Amino acid sequence: MDTMPRPTTISPAAWGRVRRSRYMADRALKAVCLLFTALGVFVLGWILLMLLYQGISALRPEVFTNTTPGPMTKGGGIANAIAGSFVLTFLGIVVATPVGVLAGTYLAEYGRGSKLAEVIRFVNDILLAAPSILIGLFVYTLMVQPMGGYSGWAGGVALAIIAVPVIVRTTEDMLRIVPGSLREAGAALGAPMSKVITKITWRAARAGMVTGVLLATARIAGETAPLLFTALNNNFWFRADLMGGVANLPVMIYQYALSPYQNWRELAWAGALVITLTILALSIVARLLFRKETAR
Amino acid sequence: MKFLPYAAAAGLAVASCSLAVSAAEITGAGATFPFPIYARWAEVYNKETTNRLNYQSIGSSGGIRQIRAKTVDFGATDAPLKGAELEKDGLVQFPVVMGGVVPVYNVQGVPAGQMKLTGEVLADIFNGKISKWNDAKIAQLNQGVTLPDATITPVYRSDGSGTTSVFTTYLSQVSEAWKSGPGAGSSVQWPVGQGGKGNEGVAALVLQVPNSIGYVEYAYAKQNNIPFAQLQNKNGKFVAPDAKTFQAAAAGADWKSAPGFGISLTNQPGDEAWPITAPTFILVPKAPEKPEQVAEALKFFDWAFKSGDQMAAELDYVALPPQVEDMVRASWQADIKDKSGQPLFKK
Amino acid sequence: MVALSQKLLVTSMDKPSRRSPSFNSDQIFRLASLGSALLVLIVLAGIIGSMIYGGLPAFREFGLGFITSSVWDVQRDEYGAWVAIVGTLTSALIALVIGVPISLGIAIFLTQLCPPWLKRPIATTIELLAAVPSIIYGMWGLFVFAPLFAKFVQIPLSGLVEGLPIFGTILYARVPSGVGVLTAGIILAIMIIPFIASIARDILDQIPPVMRESAYGIGCTTWEVVRHVLVPQVGVSIIGAVMLGLGRALGETMAVTFVIGNANRLSLSLFDPGSTIASRIANEFNEAIGLQLNALMALGCILFLVTFSVLVLARILVARATVK
Repeated sequence: MDTMPRPTTISPAAWGRVRRSRYMADRALKAVCLLFTALGVFVLGWILLMLLYQGISALRPEVFTNTTPGPMTKGGGIANAIAGSFVLTFLGIVVATPVGVLAGTYLAEYGRGSKLAEVIRFVNDILLAAPSILIGLFVYTLMVQPMGGYSGWAGGVALAIIAVPVIVRTTEDMLRIVPGSLREAGAALGAPMSKVITKITWRAARAGMVTGVLLATARIAGETAPLLFTALNNNFWFRADLMGGVANLPVMIYQYALSPYQNWRELAWAGALVITLTILALSIVARLLFRKETAR
Repeated sequence: MKFLPYAAAAGLAVASCSLAVSAAEITGAGATFPFPIYARWAEVYNKETTNRLNYQSIGSSGGIRQIRAKTVDFGATDAPLKGAELEKDGLVQFPVVMGGVVPVYNVQGVPAGQMKLTGEVLADIFNGKISKWNDAKIAQLNQGVTLPDATITPVYRSDGSGTTSVFTTYLSQVSEAWKSGPGAGSSVQWPVGQGGKGNEGVAALVLQVPNSIGYVEYAYAKQNNIPFAQLQNKNGKFVAPDAKTFQAAAAGADWKSAPGFGISLTNQPGDEAWPITAPTFILVPKAPEKPEQVAEALKFFDWAFKSGDQMAAELDYVALPPQVEDMVRASWQADIKDKSGQPLFKK
Repeated sequence: MVALSQKLLVTSMDKPSRRSPSFNSDQIFRLASLGSALLVLIVLAGIIGSMIYGGLPAFREFGLGFITSSVWDVQRDEYGAWVAIVGTLTSALIALVIGVPISLGIAIFLTQLCPPWLKRPIATTIELLAAVPSIIYGMWGLFVFAPLFAKFVQIPLSGLVEGLPIFGTILYARVPSGVGVLTAGIILAIMIIPFIASIARDILDQIPPVMRESAYGIGCTTWEVVRHVLVPQVGVSIIGAVMLGLGRALGETMAVTFVIGNANRLSLSLFDPGSTIASRIANEFNEAIGLQLNALMALGCILFLVTFSVLVLARILVARATVK
């Protein structure tokens, strides 16, 4: 920061003008930066306020217990959408975490310096930034058509494909931070590599890896586009075999928000509030964990 | 902490799943035109039989595509498929209910039901030829109403839609310029305006955008109190849309004249006839891979024929005449067979 | 140090050993890790493969004219990607033009100007913007922003520029409904700000304090430090961050679908509705058959190609900067 004192005793009168223009430019920069930051904070506040205002006015106990209603029917809720989102996100994370953690482990532990690892890291970054709608298209061709219907499995797989790159990235980064001396201590005791990794390195990087999983969860909990063609939606509870479409919050919001029915619009806001608060909570928890980790 | 309600909801879900194991679940997708009545029927059917009919309104073209891809148990479309297409895809088509497409508007100073339009003027508006509300052609039809000097925003369907098909068929019948221009179909090149998704999207846009005009199924207009216009029918009379005028349009229909009952009811003669009336159809496979599912779907529609008339009337749809319903049932028995060749529907 | 330990572990593994049964599980673990890593590769290959396979008929049918044709007629089965491409690029460009200066401003504020007690809360707030699901942005954009935008910007501006040569077309709203390409660009800008701002902040934080302090020591103002010292030092990395934001803006679906107006026509005015590749796919996929489906897949190919090139460029820029 600006800790050094500015020299004040120099400058004959001729320098005055130059100094003034420099100060003007400086002040302008500071003002602009402050303005932009205030703008950013303001926009977030605006969005959250809107959500709170619209969402809270739509919240009633039955929102959490009843299923989605027909248009204009009173007393409906979004319980099936909440449960469905929970199931889909859970599926996605359950599939993505082993794959992501193992892949990240490979990149960090086995593959350092190898060409293959370079390529995979690059590919992972592409997947990380790939438009999620293309992933939805892919899973539709892969699963929905052959299986003969929309299903929660396809939705879960689509979400998993989105979550994996996040987990791979964070796992690799976290594992790299672990000091080599820990690994060497394990090797010196005669432990095979897999034991070193699982019992020592993973344990050391545990908090960071959990953060990665939490971030991935937050990311996929709000995804709409991939679910449009895989899990679609359902006006009732999902089936035990998850076929036939699974209700979920993002697609429900998409359908209801754009409709002219008052009760549906209210439910869309309620759903938006639920989903945003959940994701914000997950993100905050993840960041708190991360801070604690790096503070060590 | 935040997971507790989710855990509870999940628990509830699992519990209700195990309770509902014996209930059937049918998935259908397609037209947004009949969505309100299908949704109402599904709700009541669920209460009476615990069977669940999950209908997703993704547009008529979506319904056709999904039933062809066999990703749903039945598809729904407003634009009937032709005989050749039904043959090729091995589908059986039947009508369920009828309704009307109505032009809806949001014009300052013109209260509901006060706007009078003709088919040709409507076509010109959507063609961009008439661009202001106080244009001479519109003013001529609406003497006594003050029309604002504002640009018209036409609102159309951005997704492939049977409602669009019905609407553009009508426009093609009453306007040469439209016929040779955008033409009739479920998805046309709209020269001007904005797109909304589904009947719901168009209704929402018209409500939101001042000085706009769109076309939606009548139930949407009524349920959301969107002003709809009167149209001049083939006999030259100005009629307002309601169950009576829809029925008048359907009065002279010959349901056997097209394969799969695929007739059109637009621009029908009759003093009381509403010019944009249309039936809406269901598509099921002739020899389905999941016969039990289709059998359940047929049971649902049979129930709807028997007990759904009142609900349809409440939402301003027009039920099929009883003799047509019998024709439909006969077609189910004759055409839809399970794997051993037995008809799926038993009376 | 780590490489040494790794070599030790690897060499100890290479020797076939009779001693421990855990040797097998060790191999299995390694294979599992390798397999998972390869799975990532396979999935991407699968996505690209299915896009190309699905889109090939469209490319074959229309040739390269597919990219330049602005016809999208489902009736006549004629498709062209031009409108969607223009919409995608325009909205992304607007997002950059608005978003990058604001992100940089925020990053500079957080690293140079902000008192330490304020730093963490504001940084968290900006990062939280990234956690809001995109559909919420769409809803906010359509229900809150669009009407205000129409009332306070579109209508007065249209009245102002009506009849003027260039601005009269670009900024004139024939139908001031608040949605359109410009609105989509603004919403996208809000969405990419947290990304670029946090990466830029990390980059700026990495600059050794020595450089800043020596500049302050000779009497530079903050503005001069930023302009002459910080930016040249990390300019290339910042561009890398911008490219990542651009990648996000190109692929964003839901927020854009709400506010872009879904028109299949090309229009010169920024206030008119348009469509992007992602919004087109989202709208039409569930109903597309035959050539329309192929055309949508072909659109997906194009989007992937564009995003891919942007990401590769970002990587090269960042790599070059870190080598320095």
